[in-house]
Amino acid sequence: MNNIIDYVWLVPLFPLVGFLLNGLLRNSLSKPLTGIIGSGSILASFVVSVLIFMQVKTGATGIVTLFDFISYDKTNIPFAFQVDQLSSLFLLIITGIGFLIHLYSTAYMHDETDMHFARYFAYLNLFVFSMLLLVLGANYVIMFIGWEGVGLCSYLLIGYWFKNIEYTSAAKKAFVMNRIGDLGFLLAVFWILSKLGTVTYSEVFEKVNLLSANDITIITLLLFVGATGKSAQIPLYTWLPDAMAGPTPVSALIHAATMVTAGIYMIARSNILYTMAPTTQAVVTIIGLATALFAATIALKQNDIKKVLAYSTVSQLGYMFLGLGVGAFTGAVFHVMTHAFFKALLFLGAGSVIHAMHHEQDIRNMGGLKKYLPITHITFLLGCLAIAGIPPFSGFFSKDEILAAAYAKNPILYVLGVAGALMTAFYMFRLYAMTFLGKFRGTHEQEHHLHESPAAMTIPLIVLAALSVVGGLVGIPEVLAHNAHALEEFLAPVFAKSTALAKPHEIPHSTELLMMGGVTALVLGIIAYAWGKFSKYEKSAEESAGFGKVLENKWYVDEIYEAVITKPVNAFGKLLAKVDKYGIDWVVNGVGRSVQYASRQVRLLQSGQVGNYVLLMVVGIIILFAIQIFLKK
Amino acid sequence: MNITHILFWILTLMALGSALMVITSKNPVYSVLFLIATFFAISGHYILLNAQFLAIVNLIVYAGAIMVLFLFVIMLMNLNAETEPQKNKWLKFAGTIAGGCLLLIMVAAIKDADAKSTIVLMKQGETGLIHNLGNVLFKDYVVPFEISSVLFLSAMVGAVVLGKKE
Amino acid sequence: MPINYYIFTALALFSIGIIGVLTRRNAIIIFMCIELMLNAVNLLLVAFSKMQLEDMNRGILKIANNGTDAQLFVFFIMVVAAAEVTVGLAIIVMMYRNTHSVDVNFLNRLKN
Repeated sequence: MNNIIDYVWLVPLFPLVGFLLNGLLRNSLSKPLTGIIGSGSILASFVVSVLIFMQVKTGATGIVTLFDFISYDKTNIPFAFQVDQLSSLFLLIITGIGFLIHLYSTAYMHDETDMHFARYFAYLNLFVFSMLLLVLGANYVIMFIGWEGVGLCSYLLIGYWFKNIEYTSAAKKAFVMNRIGDLGFLLAVFWILSKLGTVTYSEVFEKVNLLSANDITIITLLLFVGATGKSAQIPLYTWLPDAMAGPTPVSALIHAATMVTAGIYMIARSNILYTMAPTTQAVVTIIGLATALFAATIALKQNDIKKVLAYSTVSQLGYMFLGLGVGAFTGAVFHVMTHAFFKALLFLGAGSVIHAMHHEQDIRNMGGLKKYLPITHITFLLGCLAIAGIPPFSGFFSKDEILAAAYAKNPILYVLGVAGALMTAFYMFRLYAMTFLGKFRGTHEQEHHLHESPAAMTIPLIVLAALSVVGGLVGIPEVLAHNAHALEEFLAPVFAKSTALAKPHEIPHSTELLMMGGVTALVLGIIAYAWGKFSKYEKSAEESAGFGKVLENKWYVDEIYEAVITKPVNAFGKLLAKVDKYGIDWVVNGVGRSVQYASRQVRLLQSGQVGNYVLLMVVGIIILFAIQIFLKK
Repeated sequence: MNITHILFWILTLMALGSALMVITSKNPVYSVLFLIATFFAISGHYILLNAQFLAIVNLIVYAGAIMVLFLFVIMLMNLNAETEPQKNKWLKFAGTIAGGCLLLIMVAAIKDADAKSTIVLMKQGETGLIHNLGNVLFKDYVVPFEISSVLFLSAMVGAVVLGKKE
Repeated sequence: MPINYYIFTALALFSIGIIGVLTRRNAIIIFMCIELMLNAVNLLLVAFSKMQLEDMNRGILKIANNGTDAQLFVFFIMVVAAAEVTVGLAIIVMMYRNTHSVDVNFLNRLKN
């Protein structure tokens, strides 16, 4: 193996093989074997990914063409993988965190029967496979295959407990929301294909100057519609909180390593297009910021441990889009990475708590878990600190980079962003305090069974916690240490064109330092307030009123969607069903009946009298001749 | 109006007249005899067209062999006017009308054809002479000729099999 | 003679044959009518074969033995007709032996 990049197809191959093995042999494999196949295949991919990353770090990149996928006229869409800085980084995130989640799942899902256990791992592997396809594809079509694949797998995994009707409808919701976005993506791909005749990244970005400003704006907007679906932005975000219906490790996988980062990846990949479309960038900024704030307010009042984390994901994704919108592509990717660490950690920690509490998810019934779940507690706390943005945890650096870029663009964006960050700190520590501090509020039976999770669950927690703590050090801003931003240096070739075009604004170092210090102080204050308020939380029967109630009900967005979209569509569907039943069915059945009737009559002609047949034949000949004569004239 | 034309009309009238008699006479034996007369008229036409070989073959094979076979079968079955099955007269009427219409419509279709006034060569030309036909038949058409012998053989076998009492 | 006369003669003979098939119930007569139709076609073919010769004499067509093909077709039609008659008459004889009739209306078992 001289050049590991040529063997990049191994990376998606392993999960595919794992999927096929687990899926096809699900009735005969034992649980340990299933776990080994499922996790092992991802581990193998991870090893290859690390080797590839090492190679890419030396500056080597490449496009590996496997075969011609679609070929017609002058257009050729190869089935090719692109290995460069961006995709190799995503490979590491996906396979690395994916592996930890697989490992964790072997313990978390242990109560399932053999068959469903294997089904779970098969879906999980397929999920990772699709995501790898998405990031590795060297053109938009291959990306679209992966894009659809993760949509399908999210549907399968969210509806994993398919016997529960609510869960299956959550799965359907996720699927439909994703489809809406996918339509945008598909249209964008067609648009590119029709204008440029190619969908290969390198060629598209080369020929980007041939596109008119309008074309670029439309393409980027359509792509962004796709991204809002996958990455849960306004207005297509509602599926993500409902996606909590799936098993907790699945939530971790969806929220951290795969799926939701697809939109970010896609925009980061197409950064040149976006840089050339300021209108779209403004839209992305506004949507991102609005989502960040909106989701954060909802998270303030949620009582389901997973829902809080879900809205926090939506909010953090909003930050990433804010970063993309203001041109801080490196910052966005950086945040994807750090967010993957701490969000996976938080979800897996939450899973550990839920596991210990026997599937109790309401934080009002928790509290005081600190002494029962020491490892989970410590790691969860680290994750909270990371997401809240306390230096030197990872979240601080990535979020700071995005906010700094936002400030450079427009201070208002910065102020709103900081407000969101403060809310993040508040709801995360509300969650932390209500779960781990104070005294236990659940039933005695639950208290009796409280226990720390097995090693297969705690080891991923510890690894992720370590990553959450130190992960930010690859992107230390210029202000704090000279030339220490390793990530920016690494990703520079991918964003080179955009950087050259955009000429990012520099802000004075003193201002930046001041901002950092100020924000950190504010966040610390908020944390202290939340800590103090919620560590002594007592269960009370009183319902929240006024604005709090609106937040608790998620701004009634689901209800609005229900009333404005679902109900009219349903009514229209019922109308069409009536048209179908009484209109079209009637016509179709009528045709059938009349044919039956006619054939019964025509059957009488077959009398068996040869003479009659001859007579009819002659009449037929006469008619044909007559037609021929009259047509000639 | 020379002798050829007069002969043509006589033969045509004879052919059509005896053909009509074939389908109208009640007694099947008369039908056979009128059919033989028709064939003689057609053979006469062949001679007028200088197709002597076909004229002779027509007489020998059709008027001779085949019609004798018919006559033989009719006499074997002892069919006569009394045993002749009759269709009802409305069906007969309908059949006649249909046939008449067919004639009418075909005449109407053909009467404006481009070749309508092309002259047919009478009493001359060597096409229909045995020398000519034999040359072509045993050179170009030798394979169909041989195959037709197989056809005859199989027809013979078929007739024997069908006629045998089981 | 113009070709039209021959065409119309043959058509008339053919139509008489058809009328015979349509109006008679005797299987043998029907069979004879079919022979009549075959002969109408034969007459037409021979007439056409001579029509081509006229063109050749005028120098338009330059093919030797022009028209022999048509006459050979007539010959083959006769051959096939002879074979057909043997088999057909054999069938009629057998039918007569079974039903003591040559009425085609008895032969309506094709119905089922």
